[in-house]
Amino acid sequence: MQVNESSKEFKPCIVAFCCNWCSYAGADLAGSNRLSYPADVKIIRVPCSCRVNPLFILRAFQRGADGVILCGCHPGDCHYTTGNYYARRRMTMLFSMLDYLGIEKERTRVEWVSAAEGAKFAATMNDFISTVQSLGENRKLRDLRCKE
Amino acid sequence: MHKIGVFVCWCGSNIAATVDVKAVAEAASKEPCVVYATDYQYMCSESGQNLIIDAIKEHNLTGVVICSCSPRMHETTFRKAAQKAGLNPYMVEIANIREQCSWIHKDMAEATAKAIVLARAAIAKVQLNKPLIAGESEVTKRCLVIGGGIAGIQTALDVAEAGFPVDIVEKKPTIGGKMAQLDKTFPTLDCAACILTPRMVEAGAHENITLHTYSEVEEVSGFVGNFTVKIRKKARKVKMDLCTGCGLCTEKCPMKKQPNEFNMGLDKRGAIYIPFAQAVPKVPVIDVEACLKFKTGKCGICSKVCTAGAIDYEQQDEIIEQKYGAIVLATGFDQIKPTKFGELGYSQYPDVVTSLEYERLMNAAGPTKGHLLRPSDGKPPKEIVFVQCVGSRGQSCRDKSYCSKVCCMYTAKHAILTKDHYPDTNIHVFYIDERTPGKNFDEFYRRAVEQYGVDYIKGQVGKVYEENGKLMVQGSDLLANEQITLAADMVVLAAAIEPDKTARSLGTMLTASMDTNDFFTEAHAKLRPVESPTAGVFLSGMCQGPKDIPETVSQAGAAAVKVIGLLTKDKLLGNPCVAHSDEMLCNGCSQCARVCPYGAITYVDKEFRVPGPKRVETRRVAVVNEAVCQGCGACTVTCPSTAMDLKGFSNRQIMSEVDAICK
Ligand SMILES: Cc1cc2nc3c(=O)[nH]c(=O)nc-3n(C[C@H](O)[C@H](O)[C@H](O)COP(=O)(O)OP(=O)(O)OC[C@H]3O[C@@H](n4cnc5c(N)ncnc54)[C@H](O)[C@@H]3O)c2cc1C
Ligand code: SF4
Ligand code: SF4
Ligand code: FES
Repeated sequence: MQVNESSKEFKPCIVAFCCNWCSYAGADLAGSNRLSYPADVKIIRVPCSCRVNPLFILRAFQRGADGVILCGCHPGDCHYTTGNYYARRRMTMLFSMLDYLGIEKERTRVEWVSAAEGAKFAATMNDFISTVQSLGENRKLRDLRCKE
Repeated sequence: MHKIGVFVCWCGSNIAATVDVKAVAEAASKEPCVVYATDYQYMCSESGQNLIIDAIKEHNLTGVVICSCSPRMHETTFRKAAQKAGLNPYMVEIANIREQCSWIHKDMAEATAKAIVLARAAIAKVQLNKPLIAGESEVTKRCLVIGGGIAGIQTALDVAEAGFPVDIVEKKPTIGGKMAQLDKTFPTLDCAACILTPRMVEAGAHENITLHTYSEVEEVSGFVGNFTVKIRKKARKVKMDLCTGCGLCTEKCPMKKQPNEFNMGLDKRGAIYIPFAQAVPKVPVIDVEACLKFKTGKCGICSKVCTAGAIDYEQQDEIIEQKYGAIVLATGFDQIKPTKFGELGYSQYPDVVTSLEYERLMNAAGPTKGHLLRPSDGKPPKEIVFVQCVGSRGQSCRDKSYCSKVCCMYTAKHAILTKDHYPDTNIHVFYIDERTPGKNFDEFYRRAVEQYGVDYIKGQVGKVYEENGKLMVQGSDLLANEQITLAADMVVLAAAIEPDKTARSLGTMLTASMDTNDFFTEAHAKLRPVESPTAGVFLSGMCQGPKDIPETVSQAGAAAVKVIGLLTKDKLLGNPCVAHSDEMLCNGCSQCARVCPYGAITYVDKEFRVPGPKRVETRRVAVVNEAVCQGCGACTVTCPSTAMDLKGFSNRQIMSEVDAICK
């Protein structure tokens, strides 16, 4: 996260968790097709969306992330059959709790992106970033000790 | 203390044109524990790999980070290189700075900054990596083929020929599938039965093949190399070993009022029946729903006429359990019943038939002995209208979105065969597009048009209704740009192909993934087309997507090669990135086993030393079967006591990546 003079130039820090089988491959496809999205997104590869512990997301916000997105296979297509259903349920709970804490619902997102949907991946990221950008910097939950 | 080496690849100009690779290496060298950092033109090349190997040896590296293309491309390559240098292959991490950086960003400063962050995350992660050793498991040298159509038969024969035992499970009383119902086959017009039945006999007689017909898979457990399958052999009420297949019982059965499935319900069969003359095995089965003996306790004629004493009314279903190393899905397809297309009159008018019904009407062994007679009054039709794409390629909820692939060709076949036998029949075909890519396919279709004078009309049919004893077919002729109405004696609907109804439950049992249309999906659409994403499960035939017989047979052979490749191995290396529970933390709550889709978690009672007079205490703790765990991680998140963690993607590893990115 860096803030330049005008708020337009706000560069959010965005963490994207992508499951290895669909969404990470979808991100690779976006790359192969040269579909650009801002460099603010950094991807962390996980075997399945169900590997993402809500604690990872809390940690990201604590460390200064402005938005966190979780991408997995479409319902029914999870490589491990049911992983994304667990992920969906867990994230619904977590996101509404975060919203209650003051981390707006728009800063968190779950998206289903298949290995064939490079265009969807890029579009999703573009959309998510501009949403987070319009919200501005995340101030809630940040661990003040580790930030200047 | 770790000694980490960082290797930044240029990928020619793919990375280096947008990312300042020298700056990335420079920044990486300042990260904690990094003792060596360099860049090179092609890390994956032999000289690039040697550079890594030499550096590992020279600097005694304990961990390696490669900043390069996606791990999906070269993770294995670099792991092998590390292994060659004596480093555990799982001490390698990849920072994806090509697909997820240089290829999508244009600004060099921005792309370089991001590449540095990605490298930093990988460096942070690799410090928490642990050497992992993949477990080994034995391979059961036996193959299960589910579905006994031409696909299943071909795969089974090929695997059996290579010397491995194969079991075919077929839900119908005979093997053969849909191909047995076809008349002649495009584009060569050889008779389906003449080419199929020898294969069926061969499969039935092969020393390495066991047929379980009238059987279904009930339960599957285990994993690649080591599946345990329960098969339900439904009671035929006829003893297979005693029956000689004479068929006397089927002739004498008084209940000849059952719709004959093999002839698409166009004629009747008895309560005891053999689906068709060349059935393998040629053993009848009693339809207990229709049988008088089962309904009223009386009759028993079949038992009286059977000289071999093969009828056994008391016979019960039998469950057999068998171990397999590989499973092939060959469950094929069905043609939809076009009842949802009310405007086409299929449910209303007996002379509106599906193309599979038409195959039976033309077949010499069919309900009309091969004479083309229409169902309503048994008269030969003079005007026939074929409608293609019924239920295929549509957007609405009653349509399939895909092309059923074989309908254009078999409709041309129906037209040619009809004209061959009854030259004075007039044939009209409504089509959306004529799709004939295949060897000799377009020539075949052109023959129908040019040589046989079949009237092809580009357009769709809106309505079929009856008027003065004729079927009136109302449609559009797009080329002439007009609405037309044809008077027909028969209408044949090329109804869409769909996967067998049982496919989804099998997919769930085997954790084999399927697409939204219920076709099984392949591990990779181009490079691994006959493997399912679930290791040890292979795909053969129409269950993977619409295809004709030549394609089905090629795919069946390809699946067999994959099976043989697997069964030739004595041992398999597993995926070491599996779950592991810390028994000191586990409270035995069972949450993890509940979410595990593979049943990999069991519980044992273990004794632990505790302070105090009792000194030992017995607690129930979770144990992961590493050979069964697929490493999804569902359990790790569910565990309330953080006892469960995933090797290679541990909580600390992922947290360290989060920290590095959000710095
Ligand atoms: C009207 C029509 C005409 C055609 N004409 C031609 C032609 O002229 N030339 C050509 O090349 N192709 C033609 N085809 C295509 C051809 O029929 C298929 O390519 C071929 O039959 C596919 O074989 P299969 O083994 O994959 O499927 P199937 O023939 O459907 O066999 C699958 C088998 O698996 C069994 N099964 C299903 N589920 C289970 C289960 N859960 N447990 C156990 N067993 C199960 C089924 O009972 C069946 O026996 C035509 C298709 C149609 C509809
Ligand atoms: S990681 Fe997935 S497959 Fe392995 S034990 Fe946990 S839930 Fe089961
Ligand atoms: S969820 Fe955790 S605590 Fe509960 S049984 Fe599984 S490993 Fe043990
Ligand atoms: S593997 Fe992609 S969501 Fe489970």
